[in-house]
Amino acid sequence: MKTVPIADAAAMIPDGARIVVGGFLSVGTPDRLMDEIVRQEKRDLTVIANDTARPGIGVGKLIDAKCVRHAIVSHIGTNPETQRQMMAGEITVELVPQGTLIERIRAGGYGLGGILTPTGVGTLVEDGKQKIEVDGTPYLLETALKADFALVHAFLADYLGNLAYALTARNYNPIVAMAGETVIATAEHIVPVGVIAPDHVITPAPLVDYIVANG
Amino acid sequence: MDPQTVIAKRIARELKSGMLVNLGIGIPTLVAGYAAPDVQVFFHSENGLIGTGAIPAEGMAHPTLTDAGGRPVTALPGASTFDSAISFGFMRGGHVDITVLGGLQVDQTGHLANWMIPGKMVPGMGGAMDLATGAKRVIVAMQHTAKGQSKIVATCTLPITSARPVDCVVTELAVIRFTGGKAVLAETAPGVSVEQVRSATEADLTVADDLHEMRLS
Repeated sequence: MKTVPIADAAAMIPDGARIVVGGFLSVGTPDRLMDEIVRQEKRDLTVIANDTARPGIGVGKLIDAKCVRHAIVSHIGTNPETQRQMMAGEITVELVPQGTLIERIRAGGYGLGGILTPTGVGTLVEDGKQKIEVDGTPYLLETALKADFALVHAFLADYLGNLAYALTARNYNPIVAMAGETVIATAEHIVPVGVIAPDHVITPAPLVDYIVANG
Repeated sequence: MDPQTVIAKRIARELKSGMLVNLGIGIPTLVAGYAAPDVQVFFHSENGLIGTGAIPAEGMAHPTLTDAGGRPVTALPGASTFDSAISFGFMRGGHVDITVLGGLQVDQTGHLANWMIPGKMVPGMGGAMDLATGAKRVIVAMQHTAKGQSKIVATCTLPITSARPVDCVVTELAVIRFTGGKAVLAETAPGVSVEQVRSATEADLTVADDLHEMRLS
């Protein structure tokens, strides 16, 4: 694990990169990274995240600044700008049931090819997907999602990169941290090793490549 | 009593102590306010919280304690937080006893449509499909009609949320249960006749042998 200034963290992400971002309606989203990606005018990103939050907030910042070409998300109802760009053909959006999205990311990080879920069977979601019957019940084969960069936000990060999360800001973050080729974390507090007890570490240090230094 | 209150009060009577309950947005959210005082249920928020409490007092909100709509909430004693994979495991895995969802249409066989209006409203399904597919019981809370059109239809014209039929729909006029591919009129709201329900319903209704008046408290 290395500690990097925020500008260097975002500079690692090239135009056209595929990023998976933690957070749920901006709660638990690495906001400083969102701001810096916007400042560095990244383009053509593929974003995998629960949602695009709202204009000016969380992942919505990337949408506003036209950093995104393709979004894989479960919900865009709270962000009219995402809907506008989608209708105008400026971005493409793949809508995925939330429980399927988190499992596809988990599969990516856990070395699985995909998962079988009953969610979406018999609906528009099954279009083009393989259906597999197990003990008489039909499931959809939903394939794994991985990304070049995983961007997560923790409550605590220690000097080695162990992470712990706060309340509902945990959400996608621990799963997202498994699914990136390179994992970059921001944290509310950077603390000495040992402050986070082993039982309270949610994301173990070897997963985390970079901790963004306090500004 | 306004339609939303009738619906919320009737559904609140389904809540029993010890249940794990997920409430969708809109009318379903109101149900929590009408649970009997001696009934202690756990409310589940899909962003990763069991033990969701009321909206905090002014100035007491915490930015990392929110509900599935991103709004500040409180957590009750015994609450727990967890990641999204566990949260949806609760739903899909049948660990949620009751989910209450809003609806655009419910058809004769109990199919729910509540996530998109093609060409008009494409917000994404969020957690609706997982809840409708995996919760032990699915209750739909919605008004019986919209702009004079029945929302309880013969066949959904909007894209359905799940192939799994809902257990019942509660409207300001009636409770309709879905069993064996049939829509069964089980309860009528106080002062509402079977004929009134029929005329507001596009789907074919079978009247239950034990049809009775809806109890609201």
